[in-house]
Amino acid sequence: MERRNARPTREIVVPGDVLDETGMKPGENAYVQDGKVRASVTGVRNVFQNTVGVIPLKGCYMPKSGDTVIGVINDIGPSNWMVDINAPYPAPLHVSEVPWKVEFGDTSKYLGIGNVVIIKILSVDESRKIQVTMKDSGLRRITGGRVVTIPCSKVSRVIGKSGTMISMLKNMTDCRITVGQNGRIWIDGDDENCDVAAEAIAMIESKAQSGNLTDAVKDFIGSRLPQNEYGYQEE
Amino acid sequence: MSGHTDMVLVDENGMRIDGRTAEQHRPIKIEAGVLDNADGSAYVEIGKNKVLAAVYGPRECHPRHLQDPTKAIVQCKYNMETYSVSDRKRPGPDRRSIEISKIISEALEKVVLTELYPRASIDVYIEILQANAGTRCAGLTAASVALADAGIPMRDIVPAIAAGKADGHVLLDLNKEEDNYGQADVPIAIVPSTDEIVLLQMDGNMTREEFDHAIDLAVNACHEVYDLQRDALKRRYSAKKGEVSE
Repeated sequence: MERRNARPTREIVVPGDVLDETGMKPGENAYVQDGKVRASVTGVRNVFQNTVGVIPLKGCYMPKSGDTVIGVINDIGPSNWMVDINAPYPAPLHVSEVPWKVEFGDTSKYLGIGNVVIIKILSVDESRKIQVTMKDSGLRRITGGRVVTIPCSKVSRVIGKSGTMISMLKNMTDCRITVGQNGRIWIDGDDENCDVAAEAIAMIESKAQSGNLTDAVKDFIGSRLPQNEYGYQEE
Repeated sequence: MSGHTDMVLVDENGMRIDGRTAEQHRPIKIEAGVLDNADGSAYVEIGKNKVLAAVYGPRECHPRHLQDPTKAIVQCKYNMETYSVSDRKRPGPDRRSIEISKIISEALEKVVLTELYPRASIDVYIEILQANAGTRCAGLTAASVALADAGIPMRDIVPAIAAGKADGHVLLDLNKEEDNYGQADVPIAIVPSTDEIVLLQMDGNMTREEFDHAIDLAVNACHEVYDLQRDALKRRYSAKKGEVSE
């Protein structure tokens, strides 16, 4: 499945590099100047149909509406919580956006500072004011397990093509895993299995640019945890 | 610029005291991504100058009154270590380092796509570990590599270098002696893709012809510095790639 995505050359570009001079359209992280398409971030050159862009190698998480993210409660107000979602902007979670009926001033009874929540970005306006919600299926406060953080540019590799990587991780380690688009990943399960899952994610992070990653990770987990044909096997 | 010396800064063959010709810059070494805890970083050596730059952000801007609702701000802090010069430098910001911080952040604001991150701040810290004339250029050179290393969207990387005049000759990239006993010092930073000038200062006196010649020298040298900056970044990321493909 890596092959479909394979490009002839994975050329590293830095800001200002000319991506194309033949009249292609600028894609993501590219701009046009004097008829030349140039890169605006450090990353890998990516051609898609008649657009040329850059897949960034680094960079901070920019919230998009619809993203599911893992946040940490930062501050408590009388009618909202401030959530740290690893973005340059604070994310206020209003009491009307939580699944409980909260009286004015009772916010700290429901979520305290340091609590970890799975939330969804409702909207981001042009001045980058963020609204988040916890009123959807799967959105909740999380207890137990652990949170590991990876750069948000690597999130798509952890999920894999149509979720192959993440479903394999879940199957082989028998852990509950939730990937936030902001690069925070929650892993819950048996201690030993969690360790392996966390190490596998670290491996994906460090080898994000190499091909055939799914197989490499599969071998890695297979060498650490005994497997049967249905997936993870209890001893 | 102020002192007087009997030293011959440029000999009859056009050679300078460190063996360079008038149009040569000092050896330059650039390395990207040297610090783990910063979002982006770079280390630059230009001759005896040693400079470290670190970038954080974009992140929430503090203090709040500095926030710009339309774009991000670039906050730069240029700092000389106490041991960076031969007599101990009194620590803390002084008039000179506040000025340099300001001009460097203004130069960087021209290339960073700040409108993508309204209300945020991009923080650049430049530490001069060892100084030997031309630290503002070295600092800006390092800072722009660090910004690119941090994955911050920008139009281009900014190279900077100084030109000047000593012993009546127009010289590129003045060293300490030429700077102290020379007649002029002109640091320049450009945007290589358009040759726009984003930083230009002059200390001392030059004729118009000498000035034009100095600009030409420095702009050409900036393009050389730019190639080294790109190399440093590409080396950093292809090294990463190399080590993963085994």
